[in-house]
Amino acid sequence: MAGIPHDHYEPKSGIEKWLHTRLPVVSLIYDTLMIPTPKNLNWMWIWGIVLAFCLVLQIATGVVLVMHYTPHVDLAFASVEHIMRDVNGGTMLRYLHANGASLFFFAVYLHIFRGLYYGSYKAPREVTWIVGMLIYLAMMGTAFMGYVLPWGQMSFWGATVITGLFGAIPGIGPTIQEWLLGGPAVDNATLNRFFSLHYLLPFVIAALVAVHIWAFHTTGNNNPTGVEVRRGSKEEAKKDTVPFWPYFVIKDLFALAVVLAVFFAIVGFMPNYLGHPDNYIEANPLATPAHIVPEWYFLPFYAILRAFTADVWVVQAAEFLSFGIIDAKFFGVIAMFGAILCMALVPWLDTSAVRSGKYRPQFKWWFWLLALDFVVLMWCGAMPAAEPYATISLIASAYWFAYFLVILPLLGVIEKPLPLPATIEEDFKSHYPHAAE
Amino acid sequence: MFKKIALTAASVVALAGAAHAEGAAAHIEDVSFAHEGPFGKFDQFQLQRGLQVYTEVCSSCHGLKFVPIRTLADPGGPELPGDQVRAYAASLDAVTLPDGTERPREWTDKFPARSGEGMGPDLSLMAKARAGFHGPVGTGINQLVRGIGGPEYIVSLLNGYADNPACAPEGIDGYYYNTAFTAGGVPASCKDEHGNSTVPGSWIAMPPPIDDGSVEFQDGHSNTKHHIAEDVASFLMWSAEPKLMARKQAGFVAVTFLVVLASLLFLTNKKIWARVKGKTFEA
Repeated sequence: MAGIPHDHYEPKSGIEKWLHTRLPVVSLIYDTLMIPTPKNLNWMWIWGIVLAFCLVLQIATGVVLVMHYTPHVDLAFASVEHIMRDVNGGTMLRYLHANGASLFFFAVYLHIFRGLYYGSYKAPREVTWIVGMLIYLAMMGTAFMGYVLPWGQMSFWGATVITGLFGAIPGIGPTIQEWLLGGPAVDNATLNRFFSLHYLLPFVIAALVAVHIWAFHTTGNNNPTGVEVRRGSKEEAKKDTVPFWPYFVIKDLFALAVVLAVFFAIVGFMPNYLGHPDNYIEANPLATPAHIVPEWYFLPFYAILRAFTADVWVVQAAEFLSFGIIDAKFFGVIAMFGAILCMALVPWLDTSAVRSGKYRPQFKWWFWLLALDFVVLMWCGAMPAAEPYATISLIASAYWFAYFLVILPLLGVIEKPLPLPATIEEDFKSHYPHAAE
Repeated sequence: MFKKIALTAASVVALAGAAHAEGAAAHIEDVSFAHEGPFGKFDQFQLQRGLQVYTEVCSSCHGLKFVPIRTLADPGGPELPGDQVRAYAASLDAVTLPDGTERPREWTDKFPARSGEGMGPDLSLMAKARAGFHGPVGTGINQLVRGIGGPEYIVSLLNGYADNPACAPEGIDGYYYNTAFTAGGVPASCKDEHGNSTVPGSWIAMPPPIDDGSVEFQDGHSNTKHHIAEDVASFLMWSAEPKLMARKQAGFVAVTFLVVLASLLFLTNKKIWARVKGKTFEA
């Protein structure tokens, strides 16, 4: 791990030297665990460890669930009930896995918004950010396909609506949709390929997580001041950092234990709170549920998808200018993917030279408005497609785009940032005046 | 193809709006069940009474096809003695084998399913497949306090039959007006100019199944309509979530363990950071 100067692993005994010349695995573990970490990291830097835990939890529970699950339209729903009733510990396994997905997204949203506030996406950490966005996309794909597997009403109709989005692409859309589904409609072929991919994607995520960690271990962590660790000498760097072990390992484990206490309270006492009752009704292609809603973690983007209806002037303009190729439905799909793309491109949209939002007096307001906007969108996504939710969704969607495409580029030019601390050490000492050298 | 999908999506959205509007006003009463809350446990005798209600009333039209009969003897359920459960299984409909012959139902089999003309939906998961509470403003946050409200929905439905409202004195032929049932039809005369229903609930195909005294409990427990409904709702909560008590216990153990672990990690964290922060650690 290049970057911040620090002590490296030195093999001492004969066997250590023997292994080190053949496979420097101990060195890799040592450098990963002992990486110099800014000592001023606050509590928003704990979500990474929660996310790593979630990935392991989901894979571990998922591997066992697969042993009892049957991916067939006639048997899937019953096999889930078999897990709930007959498999030892099956109820807990399934509820841990289902709610584990919610914890995963809860943590990833806090992780992303932490990055947005402290400017963690800015140079030189753009690759970390982009890889993170890829992980987020893979998570969404995995979660969506996982939700189809129990083969309840919401599984089936959610799959129908979401794969229909691809059908909205002009020309090739219907072909793509049929290819995704393995037939003209959601059926056994769909269930089987979703099952296969739901098992595959988590390992893709695991690989991406390794790259994500590799990337930020190369650049070093960002920190609440956004001021870089001094790299002139080992002594200088040591004043700004502490090794990851034990300082942040213990801190992160403490935070993880607190988060998990809440998580286990939900799993133990209200495991269906975040689910939808309709998914306890077996899938029925002939009966459409009264109200199709995605899982809570998709709601903000679902709201953006639905916000752009045919009566919105932007949509009408797009339809006119594209000679009718971009209709309201396709516009909604573009808007939804565009909303995520804007977020992915934020390293190049934010023009401010100052990294951390802490020192950007105007940015702060816009940022918190974005956070509120996200919650409003989530609420709108859960509401029926009717007034006043349609108008609120439209305003909230417009703000999402405005934040990334207008406000961030302009703020960098017009905003006058506050003075930054010279070093991380200075910032740390302002909090802890008696801090050791 | 594209048009078809677009139409499907459009009708889905339209249906969603309409159906939501139709049943929005139904009232679900909050019943205090023994199994609610982190420490709630099923009332074993209530489950047994509920099984009796299911057997004598509901089972003629509703199946429990996901529930193995043997689980009636499991801990955390009605906990009937094994021989009683075996005798009960034998009294249920025989099992039809692939060759068309029949054999008596064993306790390792599941409850019989019901399907076909005039039969109602399977009740195995009914208590989890309905939400009684959605507020405030559709966020569902009140479920944190009241629970999702599936059993409450069942109680309200069974007690929700009422005379046809003034806007439709004739009602709908072959259907019954129910103030808690939201998924059924509403006559045009009971809708306003926007097509929204002006009455709570809608019309249901199921005739009123229970009345005061329609089941005679062996333990002599009160058999008013409301009590019968509460007992069967509690039983259906068990049939939907037979491991509820074990799950809560696991949750309690996990939370206790994690609180202790978190406390120890908190102190450890404070101690190791003390030298960095220049504080003295006292513990």
